[in-house]
Amino acid sequence: MSLTVNNLSGGYSKKPIVRNINFDINSGEWLSLVGANGSGKSTLLKLISRILSPQKGRVLLDGKAIHNQSAVEVAQKMALLPQQQTVPAGLTVYQLVGLGRNPHQSWWQWELDAQDRDKVESAIHAVGIEKFRNRPVERLSGGERQRAFLALALAQNPRVLLLDEPTTYLDLRYQLQLLELLKKLNEEQDLTIITVLHELNLAARYSNRLAMLFNGEILVDGDTDTVMNPENIRQVFGLEVVVMNTPVGKQICPLRAI
Amino acid sequence: MHKANQNIISSRLLLAVAILTIALIFTLALSISQGAVPMSLSDIWQALLHKGDPLKQTILWDLRMPRILASMLVGAALGMSGALLQGMLRNSLASPFILGISAGAGLVTVAMIVLELWTAWIPFAAWLGAIFTAITVIFLGRGQGGIRVEKLILGGVAVSSLLGALQSTLLLLAEDGRVQQALNWLIGSLNGRGWNEVKVAAPYMLVALVAGCLLARWVNVLALGDDLAVGLGVSLVRSRILIGAVATLLAAGAVSIAGLIGFVGLVVPHGVRLLVGTDYRLCLPLSALGGAWLLTFADLLSRLGAVELPVGAVTALLGSPLFIWLLYRGSGSMNS
Repeated sequence: MSLTVNNLSGGYSKKPIVRNINFDINSGEWLSLVGANGSGKSTLLKLISRILSPQKGRVLLDGKAIHNQSAVEVAQKMALLPQQQTVPAGLTVYQLVGLGRNPHQSWWQWELDAQDRDKVESAIHAVGIEKFRNRPVERLSGGERQRAFLALALAQNPRVLLLDEPTTYLDLRYQLQLLELLKKLNEEQDLTIITVLHELNLAARYSNRLAMLFNGEILVDGDTDTVMNPENIRQVFGLEVVVMNTPVGKQICPLRAI
Repeated sequence: MHKANQNIISSRLLLAVAILTIALIFTLALSISQGAVPMSLSDIWQALLHKGDPLKQTILWDLRMPRILASMLVGAALGMSGALLQGMLRNSLASPFILGISAGAGLVTVAMIVLELWTAWIPFAAWLGAIFTAITVIFLGRGQGGIRVEKLILGGVAVSSLLGALQSTLLLLAEDGRVQQALNWLIGSLNGRGWNEVKVAAPYMLVALVAGCLLARWVNVLALGDDLAVGLGVSLVRSRILIGAVATLLAAGAVSIAGLIGFVGLVVPHGVRLLVGTDYRLCLPLSALGGAWLLTFADLLSRLGAVELPVGAVTALLGSPLFIWLLYRGSGSMNS
């Protein structure tokens, strides 16, 4: 499923935080939005996920503008994992993942039906949290909890998955685990992924495309090897770096802040 | 394992439903039989069939029955309204009156009593006051990307304070007899409520009770936070307006029948959550059931003494210890 962002501007007040954003993303691509703090990455993701309304421009999902569609219609195709989650006390993993079926259920539907249960099962299986299924979400560790919320998003059966800083509260080991898992879903299920990632090295290593934001605009957008060069990083992050070829692709080593 | 999961939920649920239903039936039977004129089981049976002592028939059909129905209706409405608002606002301190319903209805009623204006219309005027205030508060709650929880709560507090101040001023200026009458309404009472009140309010309140149950899935999704709720296809504006409207309709109906009965709407949803967990598909209907029971029981107790107490005072006297017990029982099992 393709996603097109067309001349998009928007933010929280009258003055837009992101301006004139344009890009196309094809089915099965993984795009990471990177940039310094305050560059507008998360705001852009909120505009794409329909949390914020654009002041100008459109977001098209398979050619149809998402802000003209109902929340349910969009949620059937696109899922979101926000940066911070609220966990209701006592909610079990299975109940949480079951809520992912919401956009596919009729308003009178009270219980998960057979198809819902199938999707919930495969989502739980895909992220490997079978043994926690009856545990309250609040008792999971950070990494397990993030996987449970990922299963919630997968139970939506989305074609496009948006993730806002999915690795923020995780140790390095869990960061890698989660991104490996996303890579697998991306490749095996042709899932289109857009992530906001703080850590440039991880973004370069896992996604196949990077868009660097600078002061609310996309400065460069392209495949990882093209974008990861010292000049771009100097301008966007204010860092002097060396770019090294490593077994996991191009990675940076920061030398000093400018 | 999947099966086990479902069994745990259904056995807990069955237990909770069984406890509440048995308690409610027991309380209903006691309520019908107890009062100034005690009635035995055979008296009740005879009167139900319109046979036997005509005085007892009148007591059953025209006094106790409508009053018990009114108490169940008001209790159920307050219980579900509280559960809906606590879920929607993600705030366990929310009660049916958090959107300013009590202040709006209170001001209108106190004004009518104090100024002696159209006092026969108090139930309807209180209802209008409640609805109008809630709409104002919901309007104040609008913000970027929908209706914001913090704005709703703070808007409710601000509007309630304003209307409360006006109400206090009116009470201070009024003469003693009127103050007494107004106070009676403000504490909440079911004394003398009959078929008229039930007939007017029951139809739309029953519809609202069913509608409330159907909103359960939205409440569950909203509990995950605004951003995720949008991601899961729930419109923040539409869902909050609908949930707020149903909760307001229920609370306004309750207020128009019985005045401001506090505590039921705050405590019953908590008790239910401690029994069955946070799934609102269970919480909402069970809060209605629990509210109906608590208020019927409180009304029974209020009638038993030499002087009839206002039921609003009894709910607080009875509800607090019950709540404290549930709270400690709950935290004990959580630690184990």
